[in-house]
Amino acid sequence: MISIYRRRRLINAINLTASVLTTLFGLFWLTWLLWTLLDHGLPWLNMDVFTKITPPPGSAGGLINAIKGSLIMTAIAVAIGTPIGILAGTYLSEFSRSSRFAPIVRFVNDILLSAPSIIIGVFIYELMVVPMGHFSAWAGSVALALIMLPVVVKTTEDMLRLVPDSMREAAAALGAPQWKVITIVVYRAARAGMLTGVMLGLARISGETAPLLFTALNNQFNSSHLNQPMANLPVVIFQFAMSPYEDWQHLAWAGALLITFTILLLNILARYVLRTRKMS
Amino acid sequence: MLNQPTVISNQPNLALKRGARLDSLFRGSTYLTAFIVFGSVIGILITLVIGAYPALQKFGFGFLTSSAWNPVTQDFGAAVAIFGTLVTSTIALIIAVPVSFGIALFITQMAPNWLKRPIGTAVELLAAIPSIIYGMWGLFVFAPIFADNVQPWITDHFGGLPFIGVLFDGPPMGIGMFTAGLILAIMIIPFIASIMRDVFDVVPTVLKESAYGLGATTWEVVWNIVLPYTRVGVIGGIMLGLGRAMGETMAVTFVIGNAQRISPSLFMPGNTISSTLANEFTEAVGKLYTSALIELGLILFLITFVVLALAKLLLMRLEASSGQRS
Repeated sequence: MISIYRRRRLINAINLTASVLTTLFGLFWLTWLLWTLLDHGLPWLNMDVFTKITPPPGSAGGLINAIKGSLIMTAIAVAIGTPIGILAGTYLSEFSRSSRFAPIVRFVNDILLSAPSIIIGVFIYELMVVPMGHFSAWAGSVALALIMLPVVVKTTEDMLRLVPDSMREAAAALGAPQWKVITIVVYRAARAGMLTGVMLGLARISGETAPLLFTALNNQFNSSHLNQPMANLPVVIFQFAMSPYEDWQHLAWAGALLITFTILLLNILARYVLRTRKMS
Repeated sequence: MLNQPTVISNQPNLALKRGARLDSLFRGSTYLTAFIVFGSVIGILITLVIGAYPALQKFGFGFLTSSAWNPVTQDFGAAVAIFGTLVTSTIALIIAVPVSFGIALFITQMAPNWLKRPIGTAVELLAAIPSIIYGMWGLFVFAPIFADNVQPWITDHFGGLPFIGVLFDGPPMGIGMFTAGLILAIMIIPFIASIMRDVFDVVPTVLKESAYGLGATTWEVVWNIVLPYTRVGVIGGIMLGLGRAMGETMAVTFVIGNAQRISPSLFMPGNTISSTLANEFTEAVGKLYTSALIELGLILFLITFVVLALAKLLLMRLEASSGQRS
């Protein structure tokens, strides 16, 4: 009797210890990654990075054209992805109660959410780069928008569903047409959640490299022509990191540090917005 | 008699009409955007098929089994890339599933309340770090340490074993299939762990407390009550992780070694579908070469589509059944 009892307790203790160890295992990689970034990136993160353009190997330079390009393309992607995503999320939450199309859209959206980003790159390459005949910032922006879209759709739908029906009914009872009910009452109630969706989408596309390789490509000059290839942080990091030149690699680490901490900040901020909102 | 009411209600009628018009406009635009979401996936499929058509026509089903990849003789096959994708994602799952289970178990059943959120957030931040950062870290930091300290030891101790020894053969380069699999594992742990955590939370407290009341240990409750109850959801989460691992590009491109051959050893370089695309797509010359690469993309899209669809169906089944039971 006692031995069975002991054995069960022992198994329990072993497995629970293993569970703690796996958690430490997960946190270990996170710490190591962040430490590596600080260790390799911080020494090279100086004012040059923010003021000079990407240099030829062997000379000093910075990443300003890549930072600028990334900001421009991300901004356009957000401008395209946000309205479409919010409206599609609205459709799923508000207009689809008895629709057969909505479950299909929801399903497809979830597939799109996890679809390999490199496939999105190939898609936009065939759709925009081949007909236009050259790589362009537009193509890069559309690819990023398409990656951001499902994140916004999903979060918007989830957040709108949290708005109690009584609010919609109250507004409708006052005679407001449905579009007013949704834009003035429902959107306002779900504002923080929808903002979270956009921020998560933004965080998702800020570090995307694979789709930009085939669409925006890269540009070693400071260009703001949307019809031309445009420098962007992820692709520059990729090319510089893979290069044999040490000063390029240093710039790549500085860029990597910059991009990662921006994204982590966005993520934490998004969580914070959502949490303070839920508590109040 | 009949005229009077219409005259009186003339004003509100207009407002009503305007409201109705804007209503249908608004409804129509939400419908249109929903259709864009649907259309983009269909568009991806159609575009890939069109782009891959020359290669589909030339190589037929032989493309899947041929291990040739020669841009000069225009002879292409997908076997090496498919093999690499399957092997790396299998390694990733073997490592990630038990670890994710442990993390979910820790967060849901063991951690004190004040620790739950920080640990959950920290693990999810692993998913937020861009793929390319994993790649750089893997190539410049992890691979050298792995090659100098771990790999020789594994090869010495396991390389001589019958059957499985061949898996650990080869020079200690640090990069290769195993490193790629390990990095993929770290990248998918947050996805699997967060789904496991969510589904573990749907188990009715009554069930767990009954088991505790009968004297079960925490482990027995998890293994015999929580896990069977959430089996479908757990498998769904694992499939989702698998889908992610197969499509992951940049991290793998850095550490896989980019070699077009199938080797039995996990320590040898290889290639995956996504790393082949990332390395060669912009440099591909000629219609057939590009088309063969797009066909690789099509294969990847179809595989991940099936895996993700299965994951989604399983998770939906758990949702439906837990709705009935509660």
